[in-house]
Amino acid sequence: MAQFRLPANSRITEGTTWSAPADSKRIQRFRIYRWNPEDGLNPRVDTYEVDMDSCGPMVLDALIKIKNEVDPTLTFRRSCREGICGSCAMNVDGTNTLACTKACSEVDGDVRIYPLPHLPVVKDLVPDLTHFYAQYASIKPWIRTRTPTPPDHERLQSKDDREELDGLYECILCACCSTSCPSYWWNGDRFLGPAILLQAYRWIVDSRDEATGERLDDLEDSFKLYRCHTIMNCTRTCPKGLNPARAIAEIKKLMLARR
Amino acid sequence: MAYRTPVKRAVGLGSAKDGVHHWWMQRVTAIALVPLVLWFTFSMAVYAGADFETVRAWIATPMVAVLLIALIVTALFHAQLGLQVVLEDYVQPHGLQLACVIAVKFLAVLLILVGVLSVLRIALGGQT
Repeated sequence: MAQFRLPANSRITEGTTWSAPADSKRIQRFRIYRWNPEDGLNPRVDTYEVDMDSCGPMVLDALIKIKNEVDPTLTFRRSCREGICGSCAMNVDGTNTLACTKACSEVDGDVRIYPLPHLPVVKDLVPDLTHFYAQYASIKPWIRTRTPTPPDHERLQSKDDREELDGLYECILCACCSTSCPSYWWNGDRFLGPAILLQAYRWIVDSRDEATGERLDDLEDSFKLYRCHTIMNCTRTCPKGLNPARAIAEIKKLMLARR
Repeated sequence: MAYRTPVKRAVGLGSAKDGVHHWWMQRVTAIALVPLVLWFTFSMAVYAGADFETVRAWIATPMVAVLLIALIVTALFHAQLGLQVVLEDYVQPHGLQLACVIAVKFLAVLLILVGVLSVLRIALGGQT
């Protein structure tokens, strides 16, 4: 049944405040979720004051500065710092986004940073994405064909057919959309969520793939697909500007078309 | 449980190969409800404050009786489809969820029968 309060050991407490150096002129406060699986304590929110005159413009710049100069225990994932790897997905200012492409100046007041919602937390801002990746594997995200590979050339695709993949291939699987979806929060064990359904659609519309029917068969399920109630949080939050809700709607239309 | 791989858990029991019908019926009944509810709301506005005999005679008109029955059946069919989704979303223990869904379906059928019988009695019964 629905739970209306967090379990006692998950309730967030007030943490430490780390002041900026005394000569700082442009101070920005960062309120960051902290949880360490090894100290047995409740999660807390630490406050870090950062002098923005000596910090890069993006939220990730500030996190790296804090880790390097203030508190090396702060834990988060990051890699490419240019919005192509999806590692630094987190909840900034109440919206899931990539810390590396979100400017601190876009936020009014304190910058509040939490891990992606409704996933088990590994530590601080690092969520456990095991199930998310397993769901991705479950849709068989690779080309499946019956016709043998042509011996002397690639599997060809027209320009128009290639354009079908625009708005889909750009997905970096950062999980911002899936973890913003209330349906995925409540039924994520069975509902595939917007990211995985967009990826599934990417293979369904690929003109070279020959397993379209099997792919639709695998999705035809009141939980795997139809838990999408067109809430549209996915499209609103996508840091790459993609539209997973449209991809899901297209899958539903194909389901109807083949009846 | 500990030795099950994440993919094993993600695949679960596989696809039920079912769900399109439920989704499509909800859309179709929604389309049907648009004119029916508009007609009903408009009629209620027209007959607001009318006396018992006027409204009884109105319901007894064949056209009105047919539309009323269509409204009752469609609205309750649509409602139980929607409530089923809500229950599947929010009621976690599977047994309880199943019990709730069955209860909603039974209730919908009962209400349909009550509604249809009421309209038919007025339309065909003559004296009330």
